[in-house]
Amino acid sequence: MTQQNSMTDVSLEGNRVPTSMTQIGIITKYEMRNYFRSRRFFILLGLGLAIEALLTFLVYHDGGSSGFVNGLQFYSTWWGDSATYIVIFSAIFFGGDAISGEFQNKTGYFLVGNPIRRASIYIGKWFAAVAASLIIIGIATAICLVNGIYYFGTSVPSQFGESLIFTLVYLIAALGLTFMFSCTFKSSSFSILVSVILLLFGFTVIEDLLDVFVHIEPWFLLSYGSQIIGNILMATYPAHTTTGLGFGGRHGAPITITMFNATVLEGLAIMLLYFVVTAVLGLVLFERKEFN
Amino acid sequence: MPSHSLEAVNLSKNYGSFTALDNLNLKIEGSKCVGFLGPNGAGKTTTLKLFTDMILATKGSALINGVPVHQNKKTALSHCGSLIETPEIYPSFSPREALMMISEIRGIPPSERKKRLEEAIAEVKMEEWIDKKVGKFSKGMKQRVDIASAILSEPEIVILDEPTTGLDPRGAAEVRDIVKSLKKKDRLIFMSSHLLPEVSEVCDEVAMIDHGKLLVYDTLENVTSRFSGDGSSNSVEVGFSRPIDDTKMISSLQGVLSVERMDSRNLRIKFQGGLKNQENILANLAAMRIGMISFRASVSALEDSYLNLIKDTL
Repeated sequence: MTQQNSMTDVSLEGNRVPTSMTQIGIITKYEMRNYFRSRRFFILLGLGLAIEALLTFLVYHDGGSSGFVNGLQFYSTWWGDSATYIVIFSAIFFGGDAISGEFQNKTGYFLVGNPIRRASIYIGKWFAAVAASLIIIGIATAICLVNGIYYFGTSVPSQFGESLIFTLVYLIAALGLTFMFSCTFKSSSFSILVSVILLLFGFTVIEDLLDVFVHIEPWFLLSYGSQIIGNILMATYPAHTTTGLGFGGRHGAPITITMFNATVLEGLAIMLLYFVVTAVLGLVLFERKEFN
Repeated sequence: MPSHSLEAVNLSKNYGSFTALDNLNLKIEGSKCVGFLGPNGAGKTTTLKLFTDMILATKGSALINGVPVHQNKKTALSHCGSLIETPEIYPSFSPREALMMISEIRGIPPSERKKRLEEAIAEVKMEEWIDKKVGKFSKGMKQRVDIASAILSEPEIVILDEPTTGLDPRGAAEVRDIVKSLKKKDRLIFMSSHLLPEVSEVCDEVAMIDHGKLLVYDTLENVTSRFSGDGSSNSVEVGFSRPIDDTKMISSLQGVLSVERMDSRNLRIKFQGGLKNQENILANLAAMRIGMISFRASVSALEDSYLNLIKDTL
C-alpha cells in the first residue's frame, strides 16, 4: 500500500525513498569514493605536493627567513602566488567534466532512472568536488603553515586566515563555473578545455587588455575578484593605480596602464555572485539536459 | 492490491523537425509482461526514456501509477526499476558498491540491503564477480549488473530496453527467466525488443509502434490472429516429449487448417478462429495424451503480424 510520510518524500512497501538532502549525502559519499580511486585525484595531489615541495626548496635555497622582510611577506609570496592556481586546478580536475562525463561515459544512465532529483545528483557531485578540493588545499595550507612557522614562529598573521577564507570562496565560485560548463557540453574534453582556457588564461588576458586599452574596471571577471586572495597579504592593501609608459599613443598622447584592484568587499561580492549565478544556471541546464 | 500502471497521455517528442514520438496514448496495467516492438527509430527507446525522465516530452505526460514522472519523479520512479540502453557504472566500483549506492538512493531498509543485493546479483548469476571492479567487465557482464540494479528494490514496475542486447545466448535465456520470474511475482514489465521469439516467449501483450505512432496494443493472441497471414487464421507451436509420426488426428481437429512439422517433436498448427478454437485445440491435444509438453502462439505468427503492420525498416 502506498503511503505518504512527512519525514520522507515517498514511502512504499519496504522501501522508503530518502529525503533529497539524504540523497545528496549518498551521492557525495559515493562520488568521493570514486574520486579517491581515480587517477586524477592522485595526479592533482602529486601536482600540489610538487608545487609545495618546489616552494619549500626555493625558500630554503634563498636563505629561508632572511629572504623576507617579515612573516606577512613570506605568506604573501608563498600563498598569494600559489593558492589561486591550486584552486583553478582543483576546479578543472574535479568540476571540468563532472556532469559532461556522466553523459559521455553513460554513467548518468545508471543514476538518473532512479527516484532521485537531478538537482540532488548535481549538488551531491558538487559537494564531493568541494570536499576533494579541500583535501588538496588543506595539504597545501599545511605545508605553507609548517614552513611559515619554521621560519617566522607561531604568530601567523591574521591576513593569512582571511586569505584562506577568500581562497575557499574562490573555490566554490570556480567549481560553480566549471560545473556549469560541464552541464553545457556533453563532451568531457570540450568542457574541460573551455574551463582550462577561461580559468587559466582567458580571464587574465581579458583583464590585462581592459587594463591597458580600455581602462575599464573588470568587475565582471572572476579572476578580478580572486585578486583579494593575494592582495590581503600585502603590507598595504593596493588601490587602483595608473602608470604612464611614455608618449607613444595616438597624436602623441601618453600611454597609460591602469591597474585595478578590487576591494575585499568587491572581491567577495564578485566571487559569490559568480557562484550563485553559475550554480543556478548549471542546475537549470542539468535539469533540462537530455540523455539521448 | 492496487493495480500497477504505465500510461502515456498525448505523449510527443520532437527533435527539431523530426517527430520521434507522435501523440502516443497507451495505458498498460496489471501484472503482465508487455512487449514493445518496432523498427529502429520507431520511438521505442524515446518512450521508455520519457517514462524514466531521461528526456523531456514536447507535449503530453508519462504517468507511472497515475503519477506524472517529470513533475513528481521521486514518487513515480520509486515504484519502478529500469534498464535503459546499457548504463555504465563507475569503473572503480564493484557491483556490490554500485548496487549498495542504488539501494541507499532507493531507500531499501539498511537491514535488508545486503540480502537483497546478494539476491539480485545471484539472479543475474554474478556472484563470483560481486567484489571485482566493474572496469574489467565485458558489456554482457555490465548488462547483468544493470539488470540487477533494475530489480534490486523489487519494484512493482520494471522497464527494460532491449535487455538481452549484448548478452550471449545463455545470458539472454537467463534474462528471459528473470522476466518470467518477475511475472510470477505480480510485476508489470514493459520491455522493448527486436527479438520476436523473445517477445513471443515471455510477453502476454504487445504494443507495436512505427514512426512514433502506436499501431496496435493487444494481447499476443489477438495481435497474431488479427494481423498474421490473411487475418483469418492463427498459428500455434506445439512441442512433444516424443516424436509424432502421425499427424492425421491433429489435422482432423475442428478448426485446424494445416499441420506443419518443424522437426520430429515440434509441430506448427495453423487454425481458423480465435481464442475459443485455440482453447479447444489445446484441450483436445491434451486429451489425446500424445506427450504434449508445450503450446504457444507461433513466433512466425508474430513475425507475420509485425511484417504486415510495419512496412518500412526506417
